[in-house]
Amino acid sequence: MDTTTFIIEKGTIIVVVFAITMLMAMYSTWAERKVAAFLQDRVGPNRAGWGGLLQPLADGLKLFTKEEFFPNTPNKFLFILGPGIAMSTALITSAVIPWGDKFHIFGKDVVLQATDLDVSILYIFGVLSIGVYGIMIGAWASNNKYSLMSAVRASSQMISYEVAMGLAIISILMMTGSLSLKEITIQQAEMKWNIFYQPLAFVIFLVCSFAETNRTPFDLAECESELIGGYHTEYSSMKMGFYLFAEYANMFISATILSVVFLGGYNYPGMEWAEQNWGVNIANIIAIAVLFAKICFFIFFYMWIRWTIPRFRYDQLMNLGWKILIPLAVLNIILTGIVMVLFN
Amino acid sequence: MAVEQISLSGRKKVVSNKEMTFIEKIYLLTILKGLWITLKHLFRRKVTIKYPEEIREMSPVYRGQHMLMRDDEGRERCTACGLCALSCPAEAITMKAEERKPEEKHLYREEKYASIYEINMLRCIFCGLCEEACPKEAIFLTKSKKIANADYSREDFIFGKDKLVMPLEMAINNTKSNTAN
Repeated sequence: MDTTTFIIEKGTIIVVVFAITMLMAMYSTWAERKVAAFLQDRVGPNRAGWGGLLQPLADGLKLFTKEEFFPNTPNKFLFILGPGIAMSTALITSAVIPWGDKFHIFGKDVVLQATDLDVSILYIFGVLSIGVYGIMIGAWASNNKYSLMSAVRASSQMISYEVAMGLAIISILMMTGSLSLKEITIQQAEMKWNIFYQPLAFVIFLVCSFAETNRTPFDLAECESELIGGYHTEYSSMKMGFYLFAEYANMFISATILSVVFLGGYNYPGMEWAEQNWGVNIANIIAIAVLFAKICFFIFFYMWIRWTIPRFRYDQLMNLGWKILIPLAVLNIILTGIVMVLFN
Repeated sequence: MAVEQISLSGRKKVVSNKEMTFIEKIYLLTILKGLWITLKHLFRRKVTIKYPEEIREMSPVYRGQHMLMRDDEGRERCTACGLCALSCPAEAITMKAEERKPEEKHLYREEKYASIYEINMLRCIFCGLCEEACPKEAIFLTKSKKIANADYSREDFIFGKDKLVMPLEMAINNTKSNTAN
């Protein structure tokens, strides 16, 4: 493969993935409001466009045209850097997600993945950890004690839950023997989904992903009653929009990771059959649709939980993370090891 | 029976501080229960009334803005007896009576009329007692959905006769439709 086609191919995939991530994040805000409304017997936004479908555009336009306000902060650069880091870490995670197997275009195979790192999971965890900096730096540069409090909460919460998350993933890695998301997906073909083999790891990972994305019931960083607006109190205009947007982009990414690692990614029963009878391209279009159905389910699940469970208290959050989830994850590793030794 | 256990209303409940069971403590099952409840609400009929397109159906006894009526000949019915003001629990009504001059016979039905009649819409509670008190059937609370509009100064909420008296065209139309019957 020569360099030009390689760059074009990967460039196209990167642009498309970027566009889709943005689009999903945008419409997650719409979906959030719709789901919230429906769960509370209301109708939600329905004025801008059919069913309020143009609402995200209107929101974006509003945020862009709002006054840009800077607090009396000693470091303007960090103040601007904060939302930038939050947004870019939310976006670059999608580089290693396998969206489908491959397309067969112009007589050659196009792999539907920006890059197949053999350490994909480590990469994702690394980027997730950097995400804390976006919140921490932005809030600190705000020169506001409420923002700082919120950032302290957010970072300690994310760091604590990363431990349990990593331990939960280890039991998966023991089974798959690979850190590559592509490899993990291929191993889950024909309904051999990891959720059936590792239900406990799935539950731990799910709970941790709520904490990692700062979503209810663990949205202590945005606890309005205690902290005004949370870490983005001092932000206005699109910088504020970036923080809110990054939250939804994060939600999309973690829903994707959940579906790829535990729900078999783009696999669906009968994929092989479809590939042989209908051709690679159609089989993979279905595969992408299946992956997005799984992702949408998880995004809906995030919202469903948000409007069901009230916020945790901070000590409850820490108790759950350190005293329950981490021991459970360790137990799960031990159990996985025992089962693997006994049955293999 | 001990005094603590007597419940005259039958609704007394003793606060329980019972320990959570194991299932409640692991929390997952109770979350599922909660999710089931919210899921049921997802498919429930929405209670929202989409206002400009749909208008809430008003009660048949709905009481809107007041109107000082005219009789069949278009004369004001009010005789400024002050019973409405007296009955008003919110002290919203004030008026000043005046004697009718001979040349004003076509304007006012009784020998005495209200030269000033004011209702303070900020005080009015739309209870309709003025309507009940009036011996001349002069004041009514209409079914008009227009209540007092938002405004900036308190003075603008004191409605005088210019806003309260039935418009002449309306009186003419009423008389026409009455005679047609």
